[in-house]
Amino acid sequence: MFQYCTDPSTLDGLAWLSCYLTTAKHAAFYVSFGTVLLLLAVTAPAALGMGFLGASAARSRILPLSIFGKGYIAIVRGVPDIAFFLFFVIALDQGIEYLRHITLCPDWDQPIRQGNDFLVCPAAKAPLGTSPQWVHEVYGFSIAVFTFALVFGAFAANVLYGAMRAVPRAQLETAEAYGMNTRQIFWRILVPQMWVYALPGLSNLWMVLIKATPLLFLLGVEDIVYWARELGGTKTPQFTEYPHGDWRMWYFLFLLVFYLAFTRISEIVLDRLMQRLTLGQATMGGEAQRKAAA
Amino acid sequence: MSCWETLADYGLRSLGIGERLLPRTNFTLCQQFVLIGSGMIWNVYFGVLALFSGFFLATGLALSKAAKNPFLRKPAEWFIFVFRGSPLFIQFFFAYFLFLSLKQVYPILTPLTSATLGALVVLFLNTAAYSAEIFYGALQSVPKGDIEAADAYGFSGWPRFRQIIWPTMLRLAWPAYTNEAIFLFHATTLVFFSGFPAAKQKGDALYYANYFADKTFNPFIPYPILAGYFILLTLLLIGLFGLINKRLNRHLPTAPKRGKRPLVPGFLR
Repeated sequence: MFQYCTDPSTLDGLAWLSCYLTTAKHAAFYVSFGTVLLLLAVTAPAALGMGFLGASAARSRILPLSIFGKGYIAIVRGVPDIAFFLFFVIALDQGIEYLRHITLCPDWDQPIRQGNDFLVCPAAKAPLGTSPQWVHEVYGFSIAVFTFALVFGAFAANVLYGAMRAVPRAQLETAEAYGMNTRQIFWRILVPQMWVYALPGLSNLWMVLIKATPLLFLLGVEDIVYWARELGGTKTPQFTEYPHGDWRMWYFLFLLVFYLAFTRISEIVLDRLMQRLTLGQATMGGEAQRKAAA
Repeated sequence: MSCWETLADYGLRSLGIGERLLPRTNFTLCQQFVLIGSGMIWNVYFGVLALFSGFFLATGLALSKAAKNPFLRKPAEWFIFVFRGSPLFIQFFFAYFLFLSLKQVYPILTPLTSATLGALVVLFLNTAAYSAEIFYGALQSVPKGDIEAADAYGFSGWPRFRQIIWPTMLRLAWPAYTNEAIFLFHATTLVFFSGFPAAKQKGDALYYANYFADKTFNPFIPYPILAGYFILLTLLLIGLFGLINKRLNRHLPTAPKRGKRPLVPGFLR
């Protein structure tokens, strides 16, 4: 990166460090922080959407739909999330390949499961064996995003389900008295009012989501954990211009500090948001604010 | 090979007792059930010990966080912030590499680099921080009248805490603490995926489920088995904590009626 970096073995101290921290591999490490932020930016709305669908299904009057919604919430919550991640990465991949296999190769006569192998016709491979590297990476990342949305959707569904029940019954009855039908009550009365009740749970969920991002590593994405292990490991002079001992501890300390800062900032922002939302509400929080101002 | 033989061979495999080699071909359903079940021993081991030891540290931390003296309060606040603000997964990694470095300097600390002790220490500190926050919240909600009545009866110091404040604190914290216990057991599955090595393939339930999924390339059998085991464990935990809850509330005229309260997912790592 810098001019003086051509022969690192002659450098020491800060000059060496400035060269070491700007190698191409470190650049990839810094970019992977972007991967984490991108995952959060995509997953959070997706999970909220899934949660909304799940919660609406759970409180549906149609029995199979309500059983499906409640089952979704209960199963995802009852099982360790990491098991879900490991499961869905393979299951989704095989599901996609199986569907492509059925549509693309209808006259393939061999069984798909042969002993311990899962074989589809070459045209049905997802992504295709011939596609460039970035397609594979995007495919892996999309599966990760979908898995995150599915798991955290269940948690969001649980929060929203509780929030929908917290909306005062009298509000809905009034709407009925005005002659609104079920759909109108849901969209015009229930949904606008539930957010205040949902926000504490949702902000909690946001924190949980931040703290779940390192699990990307288990899904085979080259994220910050991957790079911290890679870069921190002992390097001998044969393979690199920057030999050093086992520094993984320091790399993970850095990640720890990064996450602490991230959750702290989120906490402050969410607190502000909550204050803004409770302003003037007929709740304990709103009452406390009114008294403090008076 | 009958299922009983499989049970004899692999029932305690996660502890290193029985057949040395894991099955490599012709996986049977029985083998998957037995081995994953055998791995559950580790999940229960980590969960029970961390929960039990963490309980005491959490009580202490909650009290120091509520203390007026900043020398007591600040360390407790920082401890809780560090362990609740960062992912458990990163904590495991950091602790493992920290223990590896410590081992170079103090050989006596070698046992900490094994999952048996090292991961247990991390889980213990982590659950202590989460539980301390719950207990602190409960401590703040102990009714003022209770403490005034205790003062009027001449209680003070340790007896006042032990007989008046502590039982009420536990009673108020218990539903949230039950949640914390459930999520702690779920968190134990992270251990063998976060640096700590599974020596001689002695792993936990998820380790074996992952082994089968990798070998058979069929996730639809081992993971549902794992899910079944965990749902059973969760139900057992809820039952057990429910009994304790009943005992904590036994003096109340009628157990306070709680509707189906949704479990708040705030304690997942």
